[in-house]
Amino acid sequence: MTAALYLLIYACALVFLAGCVARALSYARMPLHLRWELYPVPHEEPERVPHGGSYFEEPEWWAKPLHFNLLGELKVMIPEMLFLKALWEFNRPLWFRSFAFHFGLYLLIATAVLLAIAAMVCWLAPASAAVLAALHSLYKVTGLLGAVLALAGAAALLVRRVRDRTLRIYTAPGDLMNLAWFIAALGLLLAAHLTRTAPAPSTLELVRGLLSFDTGLELSTLQVAAVILSALLVAYIPWTHMSHFIGKYFTYHSVRWDDLPAAKARQLQRKIAQYLSYRPTWSAAHVMADGRRSWAEIAMLNPARQEVKK
Amino acid sequence: MKPKLDVNDLSREERAPLIHLDNRDLMPLPPPLESPEKDHNWTPLSPQVQEKYECILDDTCAVNVPRPKSREEEQELVRKFLAGLDKLFSVENNWTFLEPLVLTMEHCARCQTCSESCHIFEASGRNELYRPTFRSEVLRRLYFKYVKRGGWLSAWQHGDIKLNWPLIARLIELAYRCNLCRRCAQTCPIGADNGLVAHELRKLFSQEMGIAAKELHDAGSMLQLKVGSSTGMNAEVVKDNIAFIDEDMSEKTGIEVHTPWDVEGADVLLIHNAGEILAWPENPGAFAVIFTVAGVSWTMSSELAAYDSINYGLWYDDAQFARVAVKHAEAARKLKVKKIVLGECGHAHKALSVVADRILSGDLNIPRESALTFLWELIRQDRLKLDPSRNDFPVTLHDPCNVVRLMGVVEPQRQILRRIAPRFREMEPHGVNNYCCGGGSGFAIMSGNNFPDWRFHVSGRKKLQQILNAFADCLDPSIPKYLCAPCSNCKGQFRDLLAYYDLWDKHRILYGGLVELIVNAMVDVKPGFIEWEWR
Repeated sequence: MTAALYLLIYACALVFLAGCVARALSYARMPLHLRWELYPVPHEEPERVPHGGSYFEEPEWWAKPLHFNLLGELKVMIPEMLFLKALWEFNRPLWFRSFAFHFGLYLLIATAVLLAIAAMVCWLAPASAAVLAALHSLYKVTGLLGAVLALAGAAALLVRRVRDRTLRIYTAPGDLMNLAWFIAALGLLLAAHLTRTAPAPSTLELVRGLLSFDTGLELSTLQVAAVILSALLVAYIPWTHMSHFIGKYFTYHSVRWDDLPAAKARQLQRKIAQYLSYRPTWSAAHVMADGRRSWAEIAMLNPARQEVKK
Repeated sequence: MKPKLDVNDLSREERAPLIHLDNRDLMPLPPPLESPEKDHNWTPLSPQVQEKYECILDDTCAVNVPRPKSREEEQELVRKFLAGLDKLFSVENNWTFLEPLVLTMEHCARCQTCSESCHIFEASGRNELYRPTFRSEVLRRLYFKYVKRGGWLSAWQHGDIKLNWPLIARLIELAYRCNLCRRCAQTCPIGADNGLVAHELRKLFSQEMGIAAKELHDAGSMLQLKVGSSTGMNAEVVKDNIAFIDEDMSEKTGIEVHTPWDVEGADVLLIHNAGEILAWPENPGAFAVIFTVAGVSWTMSSELAAYDSINYGLWYDDAQFARVAVKHAEAARKLKVKKIVLGECGHAHKALSVVADRILSGDLNIPRESALTFLWELIRQDRLKLDPSRNDFPVTLHDPCNVVRLMGVVEPQRQILRRIAPRFREMEPHGVNNYCCGGGSGFAIMSGNNFPDWRFHVSGRKKLQQILNAFADCLDPSIPKYLCAPCSNCKGQFRDLLAYYDLWDKHRILYGGLVELIVNAMVDVKPGFIEWEWR
């Protein structure tokens, strides 16, 4: 039973990773699109960022070097990733719920990392009692706080989605199930942790068992249920819109902030040359796409001065 | 009473509008327009129009899609729509916007954060139909159902929708209830772009089904490609008109101006929105005065489409967009100019400087510069002698979305105004957080049926509120006020909007461009360049 559980956890982790990589690759492999940036673009010159200015404010910008302000990007990215700044700014009522949920998940991820470190310390330096004690104190706090926050956030989000018509009419049954799944998994994890009695393993023992494939552990029914539900949830996430942590990287870096001018990027020009050789099949007569003409050829045609086949 | 609308209502079979807007439902306006009872009544659509066209979305009709004559015809249109939907998500047909579109389809959390930023949604009294996610949700459900070929599991996960001709007919109209200002995208925590969805829907209808607003296509990009300008002016006519403007400007300013045409090797190719030449000739005239006094080496081009910077394809059709952009660049290449300077036209700025950047390859990628940046540089270098006391009246600035939020040109126009307009005051919010004038994405030139009623009551309402607030301390008609709008399209909207609400007659609010204010402050020019007359 325990071995099957370990296999499930490993399999779900692999599915999660594979799903994330597949999704990220699917976006990364998409053709470069036409520029569609939105200002402010935070990697602009520091003096332009506050008012949202671009290099187009600079006379003859093409004759001057373009600067990339990494610090400017980080100043926007870090508060956005950690604290959901855009939601705080533009949708405060939802922020309280969403922040609790997301920050709780971050704490749980941190807990998993701390547990893995503690397990390694147990093997590699079993005498480091002080380190282990510190880690134990830390992951206990992050784990409990994370689970409570995420659970409360998920429940609050679910209630809002059901009760607020504005959200409800845009909500699919799957959306409700996603949140319910989080609530169930987090609730079971908390319950299993808080009601644990010997011989059921502690969370650290469970992680050590998982890493060493120790099948001798005897998990409680609650622990088994919590682990199964959580592992399956992790595997499910990348196949849904909950993988927006991947999509968000692309919406920001590849769309909103992509202000790279063609004149400054040869590699970009090569890609565009390839795209211009694609042969579209749009049917409207004025497009004059017959499946043989390339985009480059179509752009040179003038439907207003040629006979357009109806 | 607002009906409780749901995205599935778009498929309703009955040939009736889904909503009706009442003046009392709309966002309240500040004084002197605070009373909805005194607001204009909407002109109803005529029975003939309702009989002939698919006007089943709301109180107006922007596209005039003919009603199919039979079920078979409807089914054929649905089939075409589905073919276009597939193409919209294919690399070969839509490499131009595929990635942002797919990201928006797959990652919107439907949190509705964007709704609060949309001026149309707010001004309509928060009508569900105009929520930025409404049309996106329809397309998203269609995407998962027909493009991703999702079955019942996908419908359960993403939501289902019934596809029929009424849905498509309404979606065509709904694609023309968004100004494409992308203020919603700016606030999305995930980066989804509902403005892009309206843009892509317009493309699908135009590029696959041949359906577009006639003002944008037949009388817009097609006319520009046929005679050279959507105004209908060919090269000879435009030269004649400019010669007349030169003469008028010389007399009015005391500065002898002569617009140069087709000068090979000039530093600057200046491209105006040709609508300025006909509707606001003082704008190209002011440019000519400034360039003459500053000693700029410049020219205009009489090549096909190169004397009109408009590019309506930006709003509805990639092929038309690319064709016009290439014509602009070819003219510049032929004249061997150092750069193109774009006159006061917001969408022309974004079209040629930003969106066309990656299709103008090789020697067609001529440097492009905003006139706002160029003018500020002339002033910064003290190439114009200016007396700000000549502009001693309240001035506020409208930020064209295409110039600020979508291109990042924010400060040059402000630097100029701080130098020449001592009573300059900002609207709130402004800069990259501005609100659209309500005429964006072609609405300013769309005047069919009763569409202007919708444009004034709904899409222009938020901007009207901003203007009244900006001038709240000086509404007295004895004080002339200047609404500076460095964009031809925005000016078109203001001309109609201010006239509709009598704001010139009753409160002396005039609109105009930035160059007119500059020339009005030029010491070398006879005083009184700005004529306080309605036009």
